Amino acid sequence: MGKIVIDDQVMDNVEILAKLSLTGEERAQAMEKMQEILDYMEQLNTLDTDNVEPLVNLYDRGNVFRDDVIEDNDIKSEIVAGAPKQKDGQYMVPKTI
Amino acid sequence: MGIEQLSALEIGQKIKKKELTAVEAAQACFDRMDAMESEVHAFITIDRERAMAEARRVQKGIMDGTYTGPLAGVPVAVKDNICTKGVATTCASRILENYVPPYDAHVIERLKEAGAVIIGKTNMDEFAMGSTTETSAMGITRNPRNTDHVPGGSSGGSCAAVAANEVFAALGSDTGGSIRQPSAYCGVAGMKPTYGTVSRYGLIAYASSLDQIGPVGKNVADCAALLEIISGPDRRDSTCVAGESLDFSGLWEEYKISPEAVAAGLRGMRVGVPEEYFTGGIDPQIRDAVLKAADTMKAGGAIVETFSLGMTQYMIPAYYIIACAQASSNLARFDGVKYGYRTEGAGDLHDMYKKTRAQGFGWEVKKRILLGSFVLSSGYYDAYYIKALKANRLIKEAFDRAFEKYDLILAPAAPSAAPKLGTSLTDPLKMYLSDIYTVAVNLAGLPAMSMPCGQTGSLPVGLQLIGQRFKDDIVVRGAAAYEVLRGNWMASEAPSEEVKEAL
Amino acid sequence: MSKQYETVIGLEVHVELSTKTKIFCGCSTEFGGAPNTHICPVCSGLPGALPVLNRQVVEDALALGAATHCHVNRLCRFDRKNYFYPDNPQNYQISQLYLPICHDGWLDISTGGGTRRVRIHEMHMEEDAGKLVHDEWEDSSLVDFNRSGVPLIEIVSEPDMRNSEEVIAYLEKLRSICRYLGISDCKLQEGSMRADVNLSVREVGSDVLGVRTEMKNLNSFKAIVRAIDNERERQIELLEEGRQVEQETRRWDDNKEYSYAMRSKEDAKDYRYFPDPDLPPVYIDEQWMARTNEDLPEMREEKAARYMESWGLTEDEAALLTDSRNIAEIFEKTVSLCGQAKKAANWLTGETIRLARETSVDLDHVSFAPEHLAALITLTDKGDLNNQNARKVFEAIFTDDADPEIYMEEKGLKTVTDTGLLEEITDKVLSDNPKTVEEYKGGKTKVLGFLVGQVMKQMKGKADPGLVNRMLTERLVSYKLPKNDD
Repeated sequence: MGKIVIDDQVMDNVEILAKLSLTGEERAQAMEKMQEILDYMEQLNTLDTDNVEPLVNLYDRGNVFRDDVIEDNDIKSEIVAGAPKQKDGQYMVPKTI
Repeated sequence: MGIEQLSALEIGQKIKKKELTAVEAAQACFDRMDAMESEVHAFITIDRERAMAEARRVQKGIMDGTYTGPLAGVPVAVKDNICTKGVATTCASRILENYVPPYDAHVIERLKEAGAVIIGKTNMDEFAMGSTTETSAMGITRNPRNTDHVPGGSSGGSCAAVAANEVFAALGSDTGGSIRQPSAYCGVAGMKPTYGTVSRYGLIAYASSLDQIGPVGKNVADCAALLEIISGPDRRDSTCVAGESLDFSGLWEEYKISPEAVAAGLRGMRVGVPEEYFTGGIDPQIRDAVLKAADTMKAGGAIVETFSLGMTQYMIPAYYIIACAQASSNLARFDGVKYGYRTEGAGDLHDMYKKTRAQGFGWEVKKRILLGSFVLSSGYYDAYYIKALKANRLIKEAFDRAFEKYDLILAPAAPSAAPKLGTSLTDPLKMYLSDIYTVAVNLAGLPAMSMPCGQTGSLPVGLQLIGQRFKDDIVVRGAAAYEVLRGNWMASEAPSEEVKEAL
Repeated sequence: MSKQYETVIGLEVHVELSTKTKIFCGCSTEFGGAPNTHICPVCSGLPGALPVLNRQVVEDALALGAATHCHVNRLCRFDRKNYFYPDNPQNYQISQLYLPICHDGWLDISTGGGTRRVRIHEMHMEEDAGKLVHDEWEDSSLVDFNRSGVPLIEIVSEPDMRNSEEVIAYLEKLRSICRYLGISDCKLQEGSMRADVNLSVREVGSDVLGVRTEMKNLNSFKAIVRAIDNERERQIELLEEGRQVEQETRRWDDNKEYSYAMRSKEDAKDYRYFPDPDLPPVYIDEQWMARTNEDLPEMREEKAARYMESWGLTEDEAALLTDSRNIAEIFEKTVSLCGQAKKAANWLTGETIRLARETSVDLDHVSFAPEHLAALITLTDKGDLNNQNARKVFEAIFTDDADPEIYMEEKGLKTVTDTGLLEEITDKVLSDNPKTVEEYKGGKTKVLGFLVGQVMKQMKGKADPGLVNRMLTERLVSYKLPKNDD
């Protein structure tokens, strides 16, 4: 892959993915810093990783399962009570349709 | 000398011998905080009433024999990214400013079972993203050794609190050096255990495959005692179910015999010194202090030799890609719906998300989320994330090779001493580079301890001892031996006669 | 329309598993309950909570994979699918993309057009989302996480179906397999089976796939059929007008019978899948696979074929008996006890289905001892119960699993075989109904039924109607009406 350029198009997409609204100033600064860091990360391209498996799980000591047994708790109402907006034991959000 | 200067095990012993109560120990911490906090600001939340009530309850339990462990009644502090039921847990972020978890993290349950008294939640870089504790939304923490300097980070609050004698021990978390680097800067002992040794259940995630909770103490024995309590399997963390609880009883026996017996643990230990870690951007004074520690260990009977570790230039790029990518996903849940901050007067759903997150997260966090979203995005995933995971495997294999020859790897904890406040954030790349000696340990899932090995001016220098996976005991034994050989440094270090009795 | 078009359909089917607990936490999967009463830190996305995999979900997925001839990945992993939506508490869904549990299987389906093999591309395990309801008063939506984390298996087919009939046949086959395995009840209306239809059209003879759309929100077989027909027409119309079909996701509105594109500039459709670092890989070894294969039950079609072959049942009977594995099992046990396949089949296809329908009991949940049905059949064979009373006894077996012998005795339903008593009553009925007797003698033989009924009434139903019939017929041959006084 050639040099990655963080341009407006990339940034528009990344803002949507990250769900962040940036001010013009923040955006310019973010683009500059991201570019700087990505340029630095280019170093990785000098590493030969042909035939190397990505390391996904450091902890790998066989299967880890739970049994299909119900576990109840007494904090359900507290969980919902922590929401910034709620109604009748439900989380309230701006309408979705 | 006030009791605040004592180590955690010494306090535990005094309480056990009824020379001191848990309530008096907690009060000593609060008195010390009154003197220090306005300057140091190590804590985000101090809940005196709750802590005093807890101290009274624990004291009763000690009297009736419910609590018999070495840290029963001892005040401890907890980094503010570890969930505490009923006590605010903010990650030093506006987005969680008023968040009170309805449950305790696994390590908190363990501390409570052991009778430790949690006296407060410590400051940190926001969501553990930073190396100075300056990205905290709750104000900066100053280094108690020299308050013009940062305490390091991200567990800067925990390390500063211990260094300032505001508390006897603390918990931190380490994703890329977040316990070891501030421990070095503040002149305390701090350990990152093997990935999978301590349950992450209740630790608010930064990078799930790298995060690990660990102890911060005034000396190696305090860290070991805390680690005995918090380690062990937890069926709620799939990456920590087969692990055994660490047991340092062998070490405790040696402490009982004599410091020399502890120091003898180094005899025949093979210690590798990676040559790459002592060239390039390292401060010469740091280099000299750390190499002097290598000499000390050699004099103590260790077989010390230099070797080439390799892969060092790939460690930071791989680390930041992996950490930011996982963070972008882990921090997606902070959206104004279920807990924490929510913006006022947003329009539609996505507007609410974007404004909440824009207002709730600080700049460093936003940058890492943006970067992480980018490296996972379509078209770049293989080039960045998968490439980084491949580099990660090669880095792990480099360590595997080293551990065929060595029991421990000796390294600096950071390339310089604590920088001055306000000098790091302007240049993120420089800040990231300061993690050069610590990040690979997380990538390879290894145990490592940081402890002071000298000074440069008023500031401590940190030595790092790295061990093989699930050989946390060797790291602790090596560190304890070195500590004895090193002798007194600043704070109280080697356990006193009283501690030996306690163990 | 000058050109001939072929429809190409692939399905993404979500099957909700009937495990007791959710896929990554111990919360109950039970339906109903007040909002947010089956939640915990894990399935409500609290900071610091971590997932731990429910073993039963893996067992269920493996069984379904084995039953659909899939290859199993000896090492599979979970991946995070990242997208923001309020029903998704972590704003990522734990699913499988890179190494799903099963892949490359197939199902054979039969329709009027013959048999077709539908290939299965892959099968993966994932968690369900919560529920969103619109609140008109507040102009808001409300979120309930009771369903969040309920385990799903997604079965992705290849684009091997050509019409709605094949789609329905495929879904019915898949549903039958899931029910036989006991892993899901697969009810479209209740959402425990959901099918998204990927559809494209192309000119007949072309081997290039057209641009496809994905249709969501299909809650019944009827809706699926309507949506397929509608989408086919829509795409053909576009092509005929020289326009392009857009690759997009569409939502079917079954009331208005049309679909609309689900689009938003805030949906980047880039899910940034990556392996979930909180979950270690799942290893499935030879032993586990062998055990799964051993435990596979005989499926519906083999069973039906065997019933026809061994017991001479008709195709309809065999089909009805095997619709529910539960009924089939009751059938087989009953036959092994009493040896009367035809009679057992009659009870289980007739009365059982009628009673189940009347009492709204799912055939999978019908429960009575096969011993009781076998005993009932034996009692009728012995003549202890006539048909009418046998039905009464069966009803008691169906509802209360009653012991037929005890029930028969208690309710006094046993057929009276005392011919002396029968003769006495027969004579009495004949003498009480001179007009009818006269009609009979005059050739109106169908009035015999009335006389039988009168005898049965006097016997309080406890006689064998056949026997009564015979006795009356015989008696009437020689019977003389007593002379009247006038």
